[in-house]
Amino acid sequence: MRNIVAVIFYAVSLLIGRPALAVEIQRVISPGGIEAWLVEQHTIPLIAMDFAFRGGAKLDPENKLGLANLASGLIDEGAGDLDSRAFQQRLEELAIRLGFQADLDAFRGGLQTLTENRDEAFKLLRMALTAPRFDAEPVSRVKAQILAGIQQSAENPDDVAAKAWFKAAFPQHPYGRPVEGEPQSVNQISALDLRAFTGKQFSRERLVVGVTGDIDAKTLANLLDATFGALPVRPRLQESEAVTPIAGAVKVIERDIPQTVMMFGMPGLLRNDPDFMPAFVMNYVLGGGGFNSRLMIEIREKRGLAYSVYSYLMPLDQAGLFIGGVATQNERATETVSLVRLELARLRDEGMTQAELDNAKTYLIGSFPLRFDSNAKISEQLLGWQLENLGIDYFNIRNDLIQAITLDDVNRVAKRLLAPDTMLLVSVGKPQQQTPPK
Amino acid sequence: MGCSVLRLVRSLLVFLLMLLTPALVMARPWVQPETFTLANGLQVVVLPDHRAPVVTHMVWYRVGAADEPAGKSGIAHFLEHLMFKGTGKIPPGQFSKIIASIGGNDNAFTSYDFTAYFQRVALDKLPQVMEMEADRMANLRLEDAVVLPERDVILEERSSRTDNDPAALFQEQMSAAQFLSHPYGRPVIGWRHEMETLTTQDALDHYRRHYGPDNALLIIAGDITAEKLRPLAEKYYGPLKGRGIPARMRSQEPPQLAARRLEMIDARVPQPSWQRVYLAPSYGRRGDGDPHALEVLSQILGGGGASRLYQALVVEQGVASTAAAGFQGGAMDDGEFALQAVPRDGKTVAALELAIDSELEKILKGGVTADEVTRAKRQLIAAAVYAQDSQQTMAQIFGETLAAGRSISELVEWPDKIEAVTAERVNKAALAVFHPERSVTGVLLPGKKS
Repeated sequence: MRNIVAVIFYAVSLLIGRPALAVEIQRVISPGGIEAWLVEQHTIPLIAMDFAFRGGAKLDPENKLGLANLASGLIDEGAGDLDSRAFQQRLEELAIRLGFQADLDAFRGGLQTLTENRDEAFKLLRMALTAPRFDAEPVSRVKAQILAGIQQSAENPDDVAAKAWFKAAFPQHPYGRPVEGEPQSVNQISALDLRAFTGKQFSRERLVVGVTGDIDAKTLANLLDATFGALPVRPRLQESEAVTPIAGAVKVIERDIPQTVMMFGMPGLLRNDPDFMPAFVMNYVLGGGGFNSRLMIEIREKRGLAYSVYSYLMPLDQAGLFIGGVATQNERATETVSLVRLELARLRDEGMTQAELDNAKTYLIGSFPLRFDSNAKISEQLLGWQLENLGIDYFNIRNDLIQAITLDDVNRVAKRLLAPDTMLLVSVGKPQQQTPPK
Repeated sequence: MGCSVLRLVRSLLVFLLMLLTPALVMARPWVQPETFTLANGLQVVVLPDHRAPVVTHMVWYRVGAADEPAGKSGIAHFLEHLMFKGTGKIPPGQFSKIIASIGGNDNAFTSYDFTAYFQRVALDKLPQVMEMEADRMANLRLEDAVVLPERDVILEERSSRTDNDPAALFQEQMSAAQFLSHPYGRPVIGWRHEMETLTTQDALDHYRRHYGPDNALLIIAGDITAEKLRPLAEKYYGPLKGRGIPARMRSQEPPQLAARRLEMIDARVPQPSWQRVYLAPSYGRRGDGDPHALEVLSQILGGGGASRLYQALVVEQGVASTAAAGFQGGAMDDGEFALQAVPRDGKTVAALELAIDSELEKILKGGVTADEVTRAKRQLIAAAVYAQDSQQTMAQIFGETLAAGRSISELVEWPDKIEAVTAERVNKAALAVFHPERSVTGVLLPGKKS
């Protein structure tokens, strides 16, 4: 067995007197060559594994939209010699938590088990991945559930806004299509399509794994082979291409509701852009910092216009986005959007103060340990960093990267990104008339 | 401030925890609660978890929306927002900024039986957050200039959570129909017409009447022990004076004698849905009821993909697209046993209801099997095990339970009590709860209002 162990000890040296957070991330490589990042934690008899196959719903065929999503709902509905009911009962009997989810860029899975049921848990996962049954009954049942969900979403103002926003931002790219598909496309998906999907998307080359809990590297290495070893090495996939979202439109979708729900956004940054971390810090000040962000202070605290207003960076694999949202009574929607534009323009034109930058850095650095106080959170982080192509030393260097950011960095990035005049705005409700500024 | 209004109807699996049963072959629980009480009446609970050098610090007040005076619905939640508006030491709007400046997260939430505030920080920042939380327990300052914009915020919050969503509006109507007399019939966030009239004075009255160490509970989960915490608790919370908190007097429900039925039609509803709620005993108010058996019953009936309702209605008959059951036993007063289902496309609500009634009939006539009981118990106990992975979840569970007037030992014994449930007890509990005349059935339909 080749078992490369990278030991990383970490202390927040920047904050004198703060207790050190020690998280040891091991790179485990199985005899068969499958890699996982592992944090051993033996004080509690639980194991959490998060994994993903890169690819996701953006690879759904045009006439089979919703394929990845449907597959994620059916992978645990019967496998090998266990039909749906038997498979579900087995999971319940052993109190194993197994779930799958498709997003635009990946097909994700999560497994949680008590140590005593470890081998059986991994075996059930292997069956789900390598021998899903896709029997007629669960296929039609889960389809019906997804169709019901699509129908629900069509009346949920937040979902309506998001769907319309992505459609307008990516008219020619798969990112503009809903992950859950459309009723017609979901209806067209067959068991054959589902089998083809798992055959194409599940491959060892696309696999990313994070594990935390009561398991050692050697045991995990063997389980990695037993679980994922039978999958093909390479995927049979056609990739889509990188794309820049379209901005500069205002769209109103009328709904008979008292409060207008608004989503705004503009091009952002890919995760590997050198400006990404400065942008992350810049966004904290603008709309990522909860009650302390400029948007929250101006719109909620000072004026009582909204319960929630926020912005965030969304680095998809093939496009970077900078997105925000706010909801307010119909009569004051225009006023609220104007304030959002004003705050974006103010940060772009005048920059932030040194004190704002310092506060943002202190929070982002100081709150880092809060992400590591449970097994479930740690394995999620391990997966997320790998999906973002960060190195295994990221845990070690992340706070230094933030500490090194200067006022010039954040203000340069604000100028580069913030586009209040050309942002794409979707409003759902009965807002007063909105016109883009000249 | 950034509250989340917890509803009475809440996730059942996020429940309890401590001693593990032999069935799970686990040597011991890894979270061992410790407790002590200060001279001023503040109860302190410590939940040690040394995996990371962080702590979750929570103060729970034994007052919630069900303790509000008539006509002032929403005041408990409104005050929760206003607790961030400053004291003599902390200027308005600065509380959360200070917490962020020490790398912490903070927030608060309100439900029927409690109001709670929390901060999550690195261990060495604990004294500072204790000092700040103790300060606002006694020294809140409010003026119209900060109160009135915040009233607009809670009205927008109501719009987001409720008025924009017909399902949430219908839920309010269901609760109002369920409780004729008990304040659980009012929404936690408040009725809009009453929220609009809430004043600074209302908030201060509520604060002075209910906020004090003798009506509070301090819960700290994470990298600390009771021994280390005690001097800090004495230093920061010890000097506060008790207020002499009045007993929680709530009007209780008269016996329900007639089944109630609601139907709401709203053009914004995408598809029909059906629900039924039976009044049930709770852990806090069990009478001669059996909440542990009801927990097992809800798991068997509608606790997941292998449950009876799901298998019969969704898998075998194809009459529903989803079907579930849930027991809410955490309340201080009456609990609820709820059933929910959505008809599959092309099926009627009437057919769905008939199928559910037939499943209930099977339970009442034939009972549950020993095998079903074993599986359900294992699920429930495992949920208690998984809950211990998160210090925040553990603090939440202890807070909800103790603030509703129950004890630590009740939580500690919960897995054993679940393990002791038998098929016979489940059947008896089902017979006691499933009385049509003690239910409210609700149907939410798409369409134009007539």
